[in-house]
Amino acid sequence: MRLDLLSAMNVERAARRACVLVTELEGGAQRLVLAQDVERDPLAEQLDAALRSGKSGAIEHEGRACFLTVQVPPVRIVVIGAVHITQALAPMARLAGFDLTIIDPRTAFATPERFPDVKLIAEWPQNALPAIAPDRYTAMAFFTHDPKIDDPGLEAALSAECFYVGALGSRKTHGKRVERLKEKGFADAQIARIRAPVGLDIGAVSPAEIAVSVLGEIILALRKKPLRADAPARAGAAT
Amino acid sequence: MLASDEDILARAEEWRKAGKGVAIATVTETWGSAPRPVGSHLVIDEDGNFLGSVSGGCVEGEVVSEAMDTIGDGKPRMLEFGVADEAAWRVGLSCGGRIRVYVEKVD
Repeated sequence: MRLDLLSAMNVERAARRACVLVTELEGGAQRLVLAQDVERDPLAEQLDAALRSGKSGAIEHEGRACFLTVQVPPVRIVVIGAVHITQALAPMARLAGFDLTIIDPRTAFATPERFPDVKLIAEWPQNALPAIAPDRYTAMAFFTHDPKIDDPGLEAALSAECFYVGALGSRKTHGKRVERLKEKGFADAQIARIRAPVGLDIGAVSPAEIAVSVLGEIILALRKKPLRADAPARAGAAT
Repeated sequence: MLASDEDILARAEEWRKAGKGVAIATVTETWGSAPRPVGSHLVIDEDGNFLGSVSGGCVEGEVVSEAMDTIGDGKPRMLEFGVADEAAWRVGLSCGGRIRVYVEKVD
């Protein structure tokens, strides 16, 4: 691999942009196709399919065997709510290899003492999220069950088509949440993507157990089906 | 902390820019039960330092040794590993799968 191609791949990854490295297995010729250029590429169809699945693999093109090294942005987790569950989730997420950011405007909760070595932003989600720019490769979990804090983040997560959106709260709390999002103009299909009650049904009781169930649910959403590059068009909703 | 794919390729770039000979090994095909998915990387420098994995540790030694040859002669190599048998004790996959690994030099 040429060093300039390797550098370019690393630049794309750092900028959270997808790309595909095409290697001819006979002879080793290589080129890098950026996500924005896929449409115009002779291999457009195969490259597009590879990006949708997020999986590397071998293909045939005009009788030649090519290998597609697919690079999609690293998965991030953004948690709204610096609560007890989050204290357990932060080290678990780190071990599992996920980049994690916590947002909570309540400075009594969002303290470095409670969250050592974690990216912690003591601001309102609507102020903190634009810089983070959630995308399809971001999971967002909502743990405050305070609509003032959760809702602006939820709206951003649905609009950005985050691959995982989970929100803590009883069925009753969630019912009210659904009503508020409908009033904001979100479509039923979008709202149905919110996982509530949050977490896999493993009978979790303690904050750490709930953290396990949420991390498991995030991994399920990530691995069980391809990241949705073809998610339904957003209804003209507020962002 | 476990190295993720992003750390691995970033490290390969660092090593090369520091003037070292570097090779990248990539799993290009798997059959049956294989420990690491297609697209997994192992990066190797000329001193035999490596990061990442292409199997559960079963064949890394052999890939590193082939990578040294690739760093030396610049030629890409396609390696194939199958089920462990006695003769291939060193380079077998005990899980019973087969994998194909592409090894190329960074230049």
